[in-house]
Amino acid sequence: MSLIKDLFTNWSVWRRPGYFESFDYSWGMVIDLDRCTGCEACVVACTAENNLPIVGEKRFSENREIKWIRIERYWSGEYPNAKLSFIPMLCQHCDQAPCEIACPVSATYHNQDGLNTQIYNRCIGTRTCAVYCPYEVRFFNWFSYTWDAPLEQQLNPDVTVREKGVMEKCTFCIQRIREAKDHAKDDGRRRLREGDIQPACAQACPTKAIVFGDRNDPDSQVAQMASDARGYTVLKELNTSPSIVYLRRVDQEHV
Amino acid sequence: MSERGQPSYQEVNDAVLPTMTTFTWRYWTALSISVTVMIFGFFAPWWYQLFVGVGAAGMSRAAYWGTYLGNFIFWIGLSHSGTLLSAVLHITQSDWRKSIYRSAEAMTLFSLITAAFYVMVHLGRLWFVHWTVPIPNVMGLWPNFRSPLMFDVMAITTYLTASSIFIYMGSVPDFATVRDNATGLRRKIYAIMCFGWRGTDREWHRLGWAYTFFAVLVIPLAVSVHSIVSWDFALSIVPGLHHTIFAPYFVCGAIFSGTAGIVTVMYFLRKYFHFERYITEKHFNNLGKLLLLLSLIWSYINMLELFTGWFSGSSFEIEALRFKLFGFYAPLFWEMIAFCAFLPLVLFSEKIRTNFRLMLWISIAINIGMFTERFLIVATTQPRKFLPDAFSFYMPSLVEIAITIGSFAVFTTLFLVFVKVFPSMSMYEVKETLNLPTRKGART
Repeated sequence: MSLIKDLFTNWSVWRRPGYFESFDYSWGMVIDLDRCTGCEACVVACTAENNLPIVGEKRFSENREIKWIRIERYWSGEYPNAKLSFIPMLCQHCDQAPCEIACPVSATYHNQDGLNTQIYNRCIGTRTCAVYCPYEVRFFNWFSYTWDAPLEQQLNPDVTVREKGVMEKCTFCIQRIREAKDHAKDDGRRRLREGDIQPACAQACPTKAIVFGDRNDPDSQVAQMASDARGYTVLKELNTSPSIVYLRRVDQEHV
Repeated sequence: MSERGQPSYQEVNDAVLPTMTTFTWRYWTALSISVTVMIFGFFAPWWYQLFVGVGAAGMSRAAYWGTYLGNFIFWIGLSHSGTLLSAVLHITQSDWRKSIYRSAEAMTLFSLITAAFYVMVHLGRLWFVHWTVPIPNVMGLWPNFRSPLMFDVMAITTYLTASSIFIYMGSVPDFATVRDNATGLRRKIYAIMCFGWRGTDREWHRLGWAYTFFAVLVIPLAVSVHSIVSWDFALSIVPGLHHTIFAPYFVCGAIFSGTAGIVTVMYFLRKYFHFERYITEKHFNNLGKLLLLLSLIWSYINMLELFTGWFSGSSFEIEALRFKLFGFYAPLFWEMIAFCAFLPLVLFSEKIRTNFRLMLWISIAINIGMFTERFLIVATTQPRKFLPDAFSFYMPSLVEIAITIGSFAVFTTLFLVFVKVFPSMSMYEVKETLNLPTRKGART
């Protein structure tokens, strides 16, 4: 009975105060909306990196596309003074995630890196996490998708291809985090350094609007930018404590 | 039952036992239709959906839950009245329950089974459904006990177990009666089913105690089951679902639709099994009063729910409310209000309460309204959550519509099998309410 054995061996660890609040790392992101041009390079990069299926026109019109990061567009004002604003929306990796309590089989949980992770093999497809998520960043595999030859040759071997009936979402490119940790271990380092990793979206962003790093490290670029006066988190009133801080866009009228 | 014209014990047996052994053409027609609809309306589309994925249903992003969960709440709700009503009336010693409770409890059991089917239809990967059950496994992982869905699995399995034991236990003396009036293989089967019941004092004593024990156990259980079903929704932070009133709202709605379901079943039993002497105006009258009361409570809670949403002042709540009251599904919403809040008001009149045919139509209308309510709970809230970019729309697909119709056939099939296996009226308890027979048989 490994369950019982685990319980006894880990009891003292689990009882350590703050164990569930303090993380080894706290991966976070700062997105500067002033820099974002809405070019959707991040969307393409994410699709290529994470083996996202291309669902086709019909499924897209049924609202079943899978895009872990998307550019939300909002129009305001009337022509000719119409204004377009956009915001890249991806999994916020909430510290108080509404989705995590929902899953009956613990397929989504918080790991020690402060990431909100999704275990595809564990998922049974109740879709409760997606209903509970206020940011609408969880995507369900309504069908099993295939890649026409030779497209299957470009699939990323580090990332699982998901089957039908499974929920998926942004992982902050966890495969890159794992790889960087392995390299750090090979180099004899205990911790990752600033700049060791970059998720695909941050790497692809031409204007460097997306900055990724460890929020636990006060010297990191993310931690410093997050305290910017323009910083805010989306739907703050829901108390989900997201890991992504957006920097407000400053318009002519604000100046 | 009136004093005059009371049936004798033998007449009770003669009324019930033939319903189990005579197969009319009407029965065969009903059974073959419902089996056909069940196979082609429920299991065939389900198989297709398992094959291609849940995308066969009309759900999409933002509307991740659809008709399946609406149906699930509906069937759990329908299951609520049977066992609950039977148990409440048993411990309050209301004798009029005795001729109707068996079929009411059967309704509970079969709607629970239908509801359990819906959980499975809803799942993306049915073949791993056993992971929701806390059994030690090779992965060394328990299910997530914080999840309301986990509570749900627990509550429904407990309720299913308790109500099946409850209905079986109450039938044991009747199985003995069937055994005594049967021959051959049938006699042997019922001898096993009644556990060799002989009717000794000890057996009656044990049965009485166990039955009361279960009645007391089942009441809080039934209330908790539908509260837990409501938490699936209320524990989310979705506007329009995140209300503290949801638990009593669901429980009240469940008993409401369940009671209406009992009235419907009672009408058909009375008509086709000729239980006119046992299911009388009194039963319809009493259940009519109960329906009226529940409808008033339901209307009050519904108003409260709408008011709380509006009074919160939160733009998300108000948008969800606007979509529900005046959006695409507004006709359904107002139909629900008409059927569940206004129509039952006619039950103030005793003339209507004792009119069998009118009661049948009212009870069916109430259940249509309650079905709509459950559909609206899932269909109107999720497409309007927080980010306007993700606003969407939900429309059931053909597969979902077929499965919805098919599930009624699943229920009907189970019930049609039930009436041939169980005595559909509790013979021994009806006899308890009668006066002693005279030497010649019936009292004149």
